[in-house]
Amino acid sequence: MTDTPSRSVLGATDDGRQPESEPRRRERGNGRQPARNGNGRGFPIDVRLLGLAGVLVVLCLIGYITRPETFLTEENFSTMLRLAAAIGVVSVGMTFVIIAGGIDLSVGSMVALSSVWMTTLATQSFGPVVMVLCALLVGLASGLINGVVIAYGKVVPFITTLAMMASARGLAERLSERRTQVVTETGFSDFFRGNVLGIPVLVWMLAAVFVIGWVVLNRTTFGRRTFAIGGNAEAARLSGINVKLHTALVYGIGGLCCGIAAVMVVARTTSGASTNGLFYELDAIAAVVIGGTLLSGGRGSLIGTLIGVLIFTVLNSIFTQNNLDTDIQNIAKGVIIVAAVLLQHTTSARRKGKPRAPGEVNSSQLSGSKS
Amino acid sequence: MTTKSNLARRGFLSGAAVLGAGAVLAGCTSNDPEDASGGQQQAAGAADNSQPGRNVTLGFSAPAADHGWMAAMTINARSQARQFSDVKLNATEGTNDVNQQIAQVESLINAKVDALVILPFDGKALTAVGRQAMDQGIPVINVDRIFDTPLAYRTWIGGDNYRMGVNAANFMAEELKRRNVSNPVIGEVAGIDALPLTQERSQGFRDSLRRHGFRVGPRVAADFTPESGERQTANLLQSASKLDALWNHDDDQGVGVIAAIENSGRDEFFMVGGAGSKNMMTLIKNDSGPLKATVLYSPSMASSAIALGRLLAQNKGIADLAEHEIPAEITTYSAVVTKRNVDQYMDVGFDS
Repeated sequence: MTDTPSRSVLGATDDGRQPESEPRRRERGNGRQPARNGNGRGFPIDVRLLGLAGVLVVLCLIGYITRPETFLTEENFSTMLRLAAAIGVVSVGMTFVIIAGGIDLSVGSMVALSSVWMTTLATQSFGPVVMVLCALLVGLASGLINGVVIAYGKVVPFITTLAMMASARGLAERLSERRTQVVTETGFSDFFRGNVLGIPVLVWMLAAVFVIGWVVLNRTTFGRRTFAIGGNAEAARLSGINVKLHTALVYGIGGLCCGIAAVMVVARTTSGASTNGLFYELDAIAAVVIGGTLLSGGRGSLIGTLIGVLIFTVLNSIFTQNNLDTDIQNIAKGVIIVAAVLLQHTTSARRKGKPRAPGEVNSSQLSGSKS
Repeated sequence: MTTKSNLARRGFLSGAAVLGAGAVLAGCTSNDPEDASGGQQQAAGAADNSQPGRNVTLGFSAPAADHGWMAAMTINARSQARQFSDVKLNATEGTNDVNQQIAQVESLINAKVDALVILPFDGKALTAVGRQAMDQGIPVINVDRIFDTPLAYRTWIGGDNYRMGVNAANFMAEELKRRNVSNPVIGEVAGIDALPLTQERSQGFRDSLRRHGFRVGPRVAADFTPESGERQTANLLQSASKLDALWNHDDDQGVGVIAAIENSGRDEFFMVGGAGSKNMMTLIKNDSGPLKATVLYSPSMASSAIALGRLLAQNKGIADLAEHEIPAEITTYSAVVTKRNVDQYMDVGFDS
């Protein structure tokens, strides 16, 4: 620990939570110095993320050293990115939800439900466009149901999404009669399993979702409000944000991402099944948390989430490439989660007292235009 | 005023959009296949056994039909029972909760059924209640997941995981020799490694390959879902730049395995499946992709279990055997289904 004890009484604790009065105080601070980019907003890569990126690089090195001829190939990277695509998109949605102070345990089930609904024989008969729209709609609708129950019904997110996790999976099983629904619609497979400019369509989709997500989160009022609500919902409400509507929409985004991920999973496996998306909630939450997003909300980074997703994907590839058992892989996964979070604690402790991380509440921009 | 009417219009439009979307979605839930005939293999009963005997009631309890194979087990049991005019089947709702399954079996015991057919979710957990039925004089046919003690069942019928691996390896070795491949790279996509059934399949596969002078190369474990099959196979294909043969333990996850192979564009190797789903049998029949064979672990054993239950309740033996009694243990054979004999096995293929 490099900081002196006297530092820790100066407001922010090292996990970024702050006393109730904090947003207002900083609002004034930022108001006085609008030009200063001290909160890192204009600088997308946080120092803490460098450690995480380091972990990713080290993993790639290990992969290269142990399997020089097959790991660092273009083909393997394309495969890894393709496999990361679905969980990556789900994690983007999860980052929004967690930054807004929520949690979504139902992502895996929503992926399953969307994938099943879009591959029923009836949906397939309408062609690929309807299939994709169907997945997006089902995802969005289930996400909004989550959001409305949480925001307007005042049920805690953990319980609401736990209920959705059970019932969406159940509905998926019912629709599919627990069978694997193979996609016979060739237009769909041809497009989503293909390449554009030598890069798989799924990877383009991941990139698009990520970039849009980043812009929305970091460059729009919607994004700033998301941070504000997660940081302090009451302060956000007092500054004029419609917290309920916003919360519902954030869960809607989470659901929409699940719909997109379902399209990806269906493209990869050429089938929809109620077993799709098993344990996505755990993988997504793990990726978001090692990416530096606070589980209590108010602070987070999409870039961190993306690196988190890639770390797990690369790990899986390394273990397969070296023909190692899955049990060791699970141990390594656990160790990496804890190590990454500890690493962030030390780096943020060292930085304590310095300007705040990106995404910290910037209340001067909160009370912007009301729609 | 304008704001208000704008709001009202917006509300109306979005309401209409939601309703429309809902209607479209609701229209997309239908899943009626073109032909709904689940024509599974039935036991007809040989010689005197084909004649209706004393009317008997059989109790049936199985886990929830949460994947293709398990669903086929329940479907087969029911349609087999309908086949016999002298059998009344008392089937309980499938459950993966062992306490509930124990309660169900107890209620069947109380209903004084003539014989019990039990496919336990967990063989160990259901042993006590199986034994309770036997102690009360109700013969128990234990299907597939075996009880801890023979005291808990009159007859056990189940598949042979070890021999699945053995037969997959035998077919592979034969095919590799036919293709004149020396020093082949043989891949394996297993199921959930923690399960004894996966370990037995892998053991049989290894043992038999060794007998032919081969060994297992790259190996991954999926978890019986198409998605995990695709993910693990995609990684496996990346790690092995050249493969000669690949064994996939389970046809449920096989849909994903095939998708990964198609996606990689690789065609230098052939693949063998496991369990025997209709999907995979059709692929074998068409012979257009990597899949050349599948080794059975057929849910037709559920049909046989009902037939055995009927005979036990009626005090009959199996006609073709010299024994007066039904044998205590029957292990089904993991036949290798190839293009040559696939037509003959199409009827035991299950919808995965």
